[in-house]
Amino acid sequence: MSANVAAAAKAAPSSGETPAISVKDLRKCFGDHEVLKGISLEAHKGDVISILGSSGSGKSTMLRCINLLETPDSGEVRVDGELIKMKRSRDGHQMPADIRQVERIRANLAMVFQSFNLWSHMTVLENLVAAPTHVLKRPRAECLEQAEALLKRVGIWERRNYFPPHMSGGQQQRAAIARALAMNPKVMLFDEPTSALDPELVGEVLRVMRSLAEEGRTMLVVTHEMSFARDVSSKVMFLHKGEVDSVGEPKEMFARPPTPQFKQFIANFNK
Amino acid sequence: MDFNFYLSTMWSVLKALPLTLEIWFFGIAFGLVIATGLTWLRASDYKLGEYFTRAYVFIFRGSPLLVQLYLIYFGLSQFDFVRHSPILWPILRDPMYCTIVAMALNTAAYESEIFRGALRAVPVGQIEAAKAFGMSAFTRFRLVTLPIALRLALPAYSTEIILMTKATALASVVTIMEMMGTAQKIQHDTFRPIEVLTCAGVIYLLLNLSIARIFAWVEYRLSPHLRPPPEQRQQIKPVPEVL
Repeated sequence: MSANVAAAAKAAPSSGETPAISVKDLRKCFGDHEVLKGISLEAHKGDVISILGSSGSGKSTMLRCINLLETPDSGEVRVDGELIKMKRSRDGHQMPADIRQVERIRANLAMVFQSFNLWSHMTVLENLVAAPTHVLKRPRAECLEQAEALLKRVGIWERRNYFPPHMSGGQQQRAAIARALAMNPKVMLFDEPTSALDPELVGEVLRVMRSLAEEGRTMLVVTHEMSFARDVSSKVMFLHKGEVDSVGEPKEMFARPPTPQFKQFIANFNK
Repeated sequence: MDFNFYLSTMWSVLKALPLTLEIWFFGIAFGLVIATGLTWLRASDYKLGEYFTRAYVFIFRGSPLLVQLYLIYFGLSQFDFVRHSPILWPILRDPMYCTIVAMALNTAAYESEIFRGALRAVPVGQIEAAKAFGMSAFTRFRLVTLPIALRLALPAYSTEIILMTKATALASVVTIMEMMGTAQKIQHDTFRPIEVLTCAGVIYLLLNLSIARIFAWVEYRLSPHLRPPPEQRQQIKPVPEVL
């Protein structure tokens, strides 16, 4: 870990407020390959953290460890101060101790996937209503009303009765963002939301994400969109070979890359 | 052509249709229950469950239904404990029950394989999305995995049901006078195999045609997302305009 991380940690507001997400010393191996070598991260309410890194640097794995889509080998994850309880299975692997707790926490951490992962047998509207009614047990009428409002907001209300396979990638991803918003999540996790889109469709998704950032939502965004990282996020985190290489203010980071790795990384993008 | 003979044969065979349908219905109903259990066993993490279902499929898919039927009807009654069992004997001494048992056990092997394949073909990403939104395992299964898997299983399942319709004809070899049994009796009495078997064959054909149509309709209703979107539907013509 470089000196910048310590500096950034010192610079972080020490208001005593509980961080929305706090990750400590996260480690994860796939077989012999150590993907995460002790990652720590803190996101406060309203933070928009862009997580950058070349492929294989562990950024998606880190995001998926936060909502336990991957089980970390060690380390702790706290959401709103609440520690996700883990236990050791008989073969020595770590696993969630209380699956109900994990489900409750996941409901607060809506996720947007690279490949949208909308439920293909449901219309867009049903996609937005499914989790709020069945997980949060909110009344269906209220959920439908909110869903329509959200679809208007992301600009695909006309397609509310369409099935996901009938829409363009950009529309599907906007529907997926609306689906995440329908949960009224405390934190939104974006796993390369624009990487599967045709270049001309990236803009419409980024516009929606930018408006979410502007209204003060807490977001963790794994992305390759340098302009989003530089202009929209409040913090940039660069992962390199499973470790936090550098963290900092986006303008500062891009103007004066703190490490040779990060300099190399952005140089490759500007080519 | 003896039109009256055709008519009377048709009528006699048709009178046996309810019995055929009875065997068919209970066979596939119990088969579905067993298949569901087998699929669940196979999908669970228990190694023993996997071995059991593998062995089950190996035996019941690998041997002819006729052999299974004979073994159950003629074979099992050799054992004293079967004949003295208050539960087994009332079932296994009755050819009707034996046929239903054989059909259910046989079709369950095929169906469990169909269901296993369908479950595995459900896109992982959609299940992950359900997890990420906090759905419990049961909710996830009910809202996402099951509906998608059902659609995937339907074409193969309908084929299996049609195979079972034809398999009901085997009941005739254990003295049941369903359609095939009735047809055979008329054939033996009249020595006119062409007319009699044609009648039976036509009824089986029509029966399977209706079953296939019903499944096609269900499949159509269940997969609007696999058809072209509304505004493209008119544009796609089944036959090119210029030939």
